[in-house]
Amino acid sequence: MIQIDHAVKTFADGKQAVHTLRDVSLTVEKGDIYGIVGFSGAGKSTLLRLVNGLEKPDSGSVTVAGQDLSGLNHKELLLLRRKIGMVFQQFNLLEGKTVRHNVSIPLLLAGTPKKEIEARVKEVLRFVELEEKENAYVSQLSGGQKQRVGIARALATSPDILLCDEATSALDPQTTESILRLLQRVNREMGVTILLITHQMQVIQMICNKVAVMEYGRIVEEGAVLSVFGIPREKVTRRFVRTVINDRIPEKFISVVRNETRNQRVELLKFIGDSVKEPLIANLCRMEGLEVNILGATIQEMQGSVMSVFILQLIGEDALIDRAEIQIDGAGALRERMVFQA
Amino acid sequence: MTADWQERFKTFFGIKWPKLLESLGQTVYMLGLALLIGAVIGLLLALLLVLCRKGGLKQNRMVYAIVNVYVNIVRSMPFIITLVFVFPLTRLIVGKTYGSTAMLVPLVIFISPYMARLIENSLLEVSPGVIEAAQAMGATTRQIITRFLLPEALPSIVLAMTTGTVGLLGATAMAGYVGGGGVGDLALTYGYQRYNFPLLILTIVILVVFVQLLQLLGNRVSGKLRQHR
Repeated sequence: MIQIDHAVKTFADGKQAVHTLRDVSLTVEKGDIYGIVGFSGAGKSTLLRLVNGLEKPDSGSVTVAGQDLSGLNHKELLLLRRKIGMVFQQFNLLEGKTVRHNVSIPLLLAGTPKKEIEARVKEVLRFVELEEKENAYVSQLSGGQKQRVGIARALATSPDILLCDEATSALDPQTTESILRLLQRVNREMGVTILLITHQMQVIQMICNKVAVMEYGRIVEEGAVLSVFGIPREKVTRRFVRTVINDRIPEKFISVVRNETRNQRVELLKFIGDSVKEPLIANLCRMEGLEVNILGATIQEMQGSVMSVFILQLIGEDALIDRAEIQIDGAGALRERMVFQA
Repeated sequence: MTADWQERFKTFFGIKWPKLLESLGQTVYMLGLALLIGAVIGLLLALLLVLCRKGGLKQNRMVYAIVNVYVNIVRSMPFIITLVFVFPLTRLIVGKTYGSTAMLVPLVIFISPYMARLIENSLLEVSPGVIEAAQAMGATTRQIITRFLLPEALPSIVLAMTTGTVGLLGATAMAGYVGGGGVGDLALTYGYQRYNFPLLILTIVILVVFVQLLQLLGNRVSGKLRQHR
C-alpha cells in the first residue's frame, strides 16, 4: 500500500544542512495499523508527509497504492491526496465554522454534488458518534470531540489510507483511548490502512500491528509489535518499551539483591501469548536446592494477546541455576540475565 | 423656519449648510471609492506577498522582492509628496489634476500598499496547520485562498481595513486641500485661512465622529465574524 525506498531528506538550516531522513525504507501493507515511534526531531513527521507529497524526498522513492509519487504531476498529486486522509495533533479545523462545514470541506473541494455531501457528512458523523453535533461550532467542542471531527473530515472522501500525525498527543489519557478505539474501528470496519506517528508507546501497544522505531532520521528497529515489544534490540526501543512495560526491579527490592550473599542470578522473563504451556515457575520452585523469589511481575494486553514479564531472583549453586535457565528456555519464555553492579 | 435656521448656521460657521453637505459628500466619495479600489489592489498585493514569501505556497523570490520593495517605497513617502509626484499619471488617467475624482489616483496609490501590509499580517495569522490540512485534502492554491485563507483571516482583515480607512481619511483631507474638496478642504481653506475658528472646530468634530463610527462599525463586523471562535 505504501512503499518508501531509501528516502533521504535534508533541510538547510542557515549554513548547516540538517538531515531529517537518512536512507529510510518502509513498507506498509494493506490493512496495517503501522506505528512509527520516536522522540521529537527523529524525522517521523517528515516521513509521514512523504506519503501524501507534502514533503518530497531529495532522493529515494515513495510509492502509494502502486503510484510512484515522483512520476505524478501536480494535478494527479492533488487527486491522490483525496484518497489519503490526514489527522493532526492540533486538529487543524476551521474553529469558527460548524462541524458540518468542516466535514464537508474535502467533498466541496472535490466538487461532490450537494445532496451527496449532505448524506456523506451524516454518515461519517454517525461513524465517529458525533451526529448530534452536526450544527455545533468547532470552538464549542472538547478536544476529543474536535479530533473526532478531524477524523470524520479525513474520512469524508472515503480514503484508502489514513495518516495520523500525533493524533492523540494533545488529549488526556481517557480521550486518547477512545480516539484509538475509533481509529481501530476505522481500520477494521472501513478497511482503511493507517500509518501513524507518535511518541507515546501506549498508542503503538493499543492499536498497531507493526511498529518502526526512529532515531536521528533512521529507522533503527521495526517489525510486528509483539516481537519488537518482546525482544527490543536497540537502546532507544528499550526506552520506549519501558514506558509501557515495567521490566525493572522495584527500588525496594534492589537492596534485597545487593545484600544477598549467596550465589544468585536475576533473570528477566517474558511470556508472549500462551507460548508457555507448562507451569514453569512452579516447576522451578520444585528444583531441589534452588530458591526462587519473584521481584517483579506485570501483565500487558496488546494485539489481542498477552505479554507478561517476571523478574526472578534465583539463588543456588551455579550448576543448579544453569539447569533452571535451560528449563526456562525450554518452556518458551524469553529470558534475559540482569546484571548488577555491587 | 428652515431658512432662518440655515441663516444662523451661515452666520456662525461662515459657510452655507449645502456647502458642508457637499464637502461631506466629496469626502465620502473619495474615501469610499479609494477604499474599494485600494482594498482590492491591497488584497492582491497581500496575497502575492503571502504566497510568494519564503515557505509560501508559491514561493517566488523575484515576485516577492518586487512587491515588497514597491510596498516599502510607497509606504515611506508622505502622502503629500505622493500626491504631487503622481500628477502626470493622474492627468493621464483622469485628464485633470484637480477634483475629487482626480484625487482617487494618488489616494489609491497611497492606500493600497498600506492595505497590503495590514492584510498581509492578517493572512499570516492564519494557522499554518489549517493550510497544511487544506493541502493534505488536495486543495488547489485557488481553493486554499478562497476556502481557507480568506475566510479564516476575514475578521482580522476587517479590522485591518478599518485601520486603513482611518488612515485614508487623513489622506483625503490633504487631497482635498490640493483640489479634491471635502471636509479637509473645508477646514483648511474656509476654517484655517479665514480664521474661522468655529468652522475648524466643526470639521474636527465631524472627523472625530466619523472615525468613531468607522471604528465602531469595523469592530462590530469583525466581532460578528469572530463570534464562534
